[in-house]
Amino acid sequence: MLYDHPFKNPKDVPDLLGKIRSYAQKAGPIRLMEVCGTHTMAIARNGIKSLLPEALQLLSGPGCPVCVTPANYMDMILELTGIPGVHIVSYGDLLRVPGSRQGDHLLARKSRGALVDMVYSPIEAVDMAERYPDQQIVFLGVGFETTAPGTAACILEAAQRGLKNFSVLCLLKKTEPALRTLIEAPDFAVDGFLCPGHVAAITGSQAFAFLPKDYHLPGVVAGFESADLLYAILELVEMIASKKPGLRNEYTRMVRPNGNPAARRLMDQVFQDCSSDWRGLGAIENSGYTLRDEYADWDAWKKFSLKPASVREIPGCCCGQVIRGVLTPPDCPLFGQTCSPQNPVGPCMVSGEGACAAAYQYGSH
Amino acid sequence: MDTHITLDHGSGGSKTSELIGSILLPAFKNPALDQLGDGAVLEGASRLVFSTDSFVVSPWRFPGGDIGKLSVCGTVNDLCMAGGIPKYLSLSLILEEGFPMADLKTITGSIEAQAREAGVTIVTGDTKVVEAGKGDGIYINTAGIGFLKSDLPGRSAIRPGDAILLSGSAGCHGAAVMMARSGLITNESPLVSDCRPLHQLSAAVLDAAPDAIRILRDPTRGGVATTLNEFTEGMSFSIELDSPSIPVAPAVETACDMLGLDPLYCACEGRMLVVCSPESAEKLLTVMRNTPGGEEAACIGHVTQEMPGKVLLRTAIGGRRILSKLSGAQLPRIC
Repeated sequence: MLYDHPFKNPKDVPDLLGKIRSYAQKAGPIRLMEVCGTHTMAIARNGIKSLLPEALQLLSGPGCPVCVTPANYMDMILELTGIPGVHIVSYGDLLRVPGSRQGDHLLARKSRGALVDMVYSPIEAVDMAERYPDQQIVFLGVGFETTAPGTAACILEAAQRGLKNFSVLCLLKKTEPALRTLIEAPDFAVDGFLCPGHVAAITGSQAFAFLPKDYHLPGVVAGFESADLLYAILELVEMIASKKPGLRNEYTRMVRPNGNPAARRLMDQVFQDCSSDWRGLGAIENSGYTLRDEYADWDAWKKFSLKPASVREIPGCCCGQVIRGVLTPPDCPLFGQTCSPQNPVGPCMVSGEGACAAAYQYGSH
Repeated sequence: MDTHITLDHGSGGSKTSELIGSILLPAFKNPALDQLGDGAVLEGASRLVFSTDSFVVSPWRFPGGDIGKLSVCGTVNDLCMAGGIPKYLSLSLILEEGFPMADLKTITGSIEAQAREAGVTIVTGDTKVVEAGKGDGIYINTAGIGFLKSDLPGRSAIRPGDAILLSGSAGCHGAAVMMARSGLITNESPLVSDCRPLHQLSAAVLDAAPDAIRILRDPTRGGVATTLNEFTEGMSFSIELDSPSIPVAPAVETACDMLGLDPLYCACEGRMLVVCSPESAEKLLTVMRNTPGGEEAACIGHVTQEMPGKVLLRTAIGGRRILSKLSGAQLPRIC
C-alpha cells in the first residue's frame, strides 16, 4: 500500500480519533449520514466504523445512484433489452441490479443473448453507435451531478457526429431536492451530513449551504481517503458539540466553492429539470434531469416511448428505509438471508456503493 | 503461406499439416512431439501431478504478456503449487477463422520462450478452427504433467499462528488486463502483468523448509482475498491480514482507485501465497527474496482463531473489516 500517501495513512489518526471521541462524548449520541455511495464503500473498506465510539453512528443516505432507482425502472430497462437491435450500454454497477423479480438483471439477459455491454465512460457508447450502425445503442444515464456533465457531453458528441442510433435513457438525479425531502420527512433523525465530494466538484461546496441555512444542520464536503473521512467526521462532531452548524469544505484539493461552471454549462445546455421517482422517497419535483426538446432525437424515453410500469417494490425488501437512514442494513429481515451479494434482492445489496453490500462484505456478517 | 487463419486450417487435411509443420513443430521441436502420434510416450516418475487450464483472455496481448505466455504459466504454476516439478505440457489451440498468422507466430513464440524458461516440453497438441464470429481470435488449453517433489498437507494442516507469505505485489495481472481492456494504458505505463512461471520460487521454498509449508497457492481469479477465503471456509481458524504489509505496486493501486476495483480481488498470474509455520517464516521470506520473482516477498498476515472461517483485514489506519470472497466479477462503479 502507499504508506506515504498523506490521505490514505494519516499519521495523526490516534489524535484525530481522540478528538472525535471527546467531542462525541460532549454531544451525546450522534447520527451522521454520508450522502455518497462511494463514501459508504470508503468508510467500510477502511474499517472506519470499527474505530469510532459506539455513540457515533454513520448512516448511508440516498447517494447510491443504482440504489435510488426504483425496481419498476429496472423492469422497464430489462424490457428494453427485448427489442430487436437494441444494445444496452451501462456502467458496471447497474448490470446485476434486479428488477422486481429476483435473479432477473441485465447480466442474466446478456447471457440469454441480449445485447448488453459495460463501459467506463459514456463516450465509449457513442463510439459503439458509430461502429454498429445497424444497432440502437442506448446508454443508461444513471447517477447524480457527477456523471451528468459526461452524459451531456456525449449527447452533444453524438449530435455532432450525426449519430441517430445513439440515445440516452436519462435517469440522472439531483442531490439537493432528495436531501430536502429526506430532512423534511417526519422520521428524519440525522445530526449532520458528510456531503458528497464528487457531486460538489461539479456543483460547488456552496450548493450544500442550504443545510445549515435552512435546517440548522452541519455539513462537511469530504473526499474519499481515510484522512478525508476522519477529518470530516471530526469537523461534524465539533460543530454538533458546539451547536454551531455550518458548511465546511474538507476536500479543497478537488472542490471549489463554485464547483465546475464549465461542466454545469454543458448540463444546462442539454438537460432541464424534471420530476423524478426515488426508491424510498417517492416522486420528487425537479429532482431529476431530462433532455431538452432540441435533443429529443437522442432521448431514449421518446425514441422508444418508454413508461415505467406501476411501482412494484419487492416484498420484504427494506432498501427504501435503508436509503433514508431509517433502518440499517442488518435491520432488514432479508439481509444475509434471502438477500446477499451472490443473490441480491434489492439494489443496496448489489451496487458496489450500496449500504447493504458494504455491510455484508465488510461488516461482521 | 496464408496470412490469416482459414477454416481449412482446422480441416485436418493438408492445410492443417501446413499449419502444424510451419508454425507449431518448429516452435516446440522435441523428440516426443516430433513423433506426431496421437499421444506422447514419456519418461515417468512414481508419483505425478496433473493439471489443466484454459485461456480465453481478451485482449490476447496485454502489458507484460500475451495469451501464449499465460497458457504456459497458468498450468505450470498449478503444477508447482501442487508440489510438483513441471515437465510436460499439451497445447490445444482453438483459432477463429481470419486470425492473423503473424499473431499466431507471436503467440507460439512466447509459448516457446516460457516453456523453455519453466523447463517444460510441449509433447502433444491439437488445433481446431471455428468460423469467423464464433470465437474471440484465439483460445488455448494446456494440460501439464509434473513429478511430485513434495507432498503438501493442504489447508487442513493450517494452524493458528501460521504465517501468510506473498511473493510480490497483489493484483498486477488483473489491473493490467482491465486497463488494457478499457484502452487506458500505454506502452510506457509501469503497470504490467505479473505473469511468470513459479517453478523456481516453489522449488526454492520446498527445498528450504519442506515440512514447514502447509499449502502453496497462486492467487489467480478472485485474487489474494478469494484464495485466502478458500483456505478459511468451513475451518476452525481465521486469517488476519495487515494491510500496510501487503505489497501493492503504486501503479496497481492507482489503476484500482481509478476503476473502482480492489487490488486484493484482482488476479495474479505469477505470485505465490505460502502458508507456513511461524518459525520458518523468516527463513522462507529470505529464500523467496533471493529467488527470481520473489524479490518483494512479504509476510502479509497470520492465522488466528478469532472469527473462524473468516478473513479479516487490519486497515492502514488501524480499523478492521471482513475481507470476503468475491461474488461474481468485479464491476467498476459509476463514479
